[in-house]
Amino acid sequence: MNIAELQKKLIAAARLQKPDVRVPYAFEKRIMAHLDARAANHRWVSAWTHSLWRAAVSCVVVAMLFGVWTILEPAGAPASDDLSMDFQNTLLASVDQGDNAP
Amino acid sequence: MERSEAELIAAVLSGDSASFEPLVQKYSPRVFATARRYARRDSEVEDIAQEVWLKAFDKLKTFRGEAPFEHWLMRMTVRTCYDFLRSHQRNRESAFSEISEPEEDWLERFVAEPGSAAEDADAAKLLINRVLEKLSPAARLVVTLLEIEDRSVKEIAEITGWSVPLVKVRAFRARAEMRKIVARMAKEKYL
Repeated sequence: MNIAELQKKLIAAARLQKPDVRVPYAFEKRIMAHLDARAANHRWVSAWTHSLWRAAVSCVVVAMLFGVWTILEPAGAPASDDLSMDFQNTLLASVDQGDNAP
Repeated sequence: MERSEAELIAAVLSGDSASFEPLVQKYSPRVFATARRYARRDSEVEDIAQEVWLKAFDKLKTFRGEAPFEHWLMRMTVRTCYDFLRSHQRNRESAFSEISEPEEDWLERFVAEPGSAAEDADAAKLLINRVLEKLSPAARLVVTLLEIEDRSVKEIAEITGWSVPLVKVRAFRARAEMRKIVARMAKEKYL
């Protein structure tokens, strides 16, 4: 069998096939519906992202305000140098208050 | 009054997505015709066409208007078809045993008298579709564009985004691959 000849014939057969230009009914409407759905989804996602960013900025501002307040707060009673004593006093504070009660 | 293509594109880019619809309506026949060269099932063809249009909408801002919109769109269509071929490489290794009777008759006529086997016969069309389905994605793309659609190497390079030497190399390999498949088909049937 002449393979080259067969190949040529088959290519010629392919060339004779007219391209089928049929488009399914209302295809353009389907594409537009897809695009609209995507746009709606995109709007929701961008609104959510926007809100998250605003919340993040608010959190940072609050954290910074607390930081500044902590730094600028006037110092209270001077802390003693003995950490174990401070710890014990804190732990027993409620008991002491109970003893002092009338 | 009917708006021009450039006006429609400008309107879409400025946020009026409804102006995209006339473009879809106008060029869908060409998109479907191209997609049908690479996919057989209607659902696959529709998937390709849908992907092309969604991509076209997303990438419309990259359309500079130097070439006609149709060329830009067809380039996108062919590339989407190529992606489709690469992701659906099934059945390429199957045998030719499932050849139908009319196809077998056509081959027998060709063996007996090559001139008597008409190219416009449905059996010949079925056979070439079988052969094309067995080609690798790159080979199928090149054979379709170069041999069936009769495009030049330069045109194919523009459409596919490959360099001219790469198209030539792939065309050479595609012809060899096709010859091998046709030979295998003949061998399976007649040896």
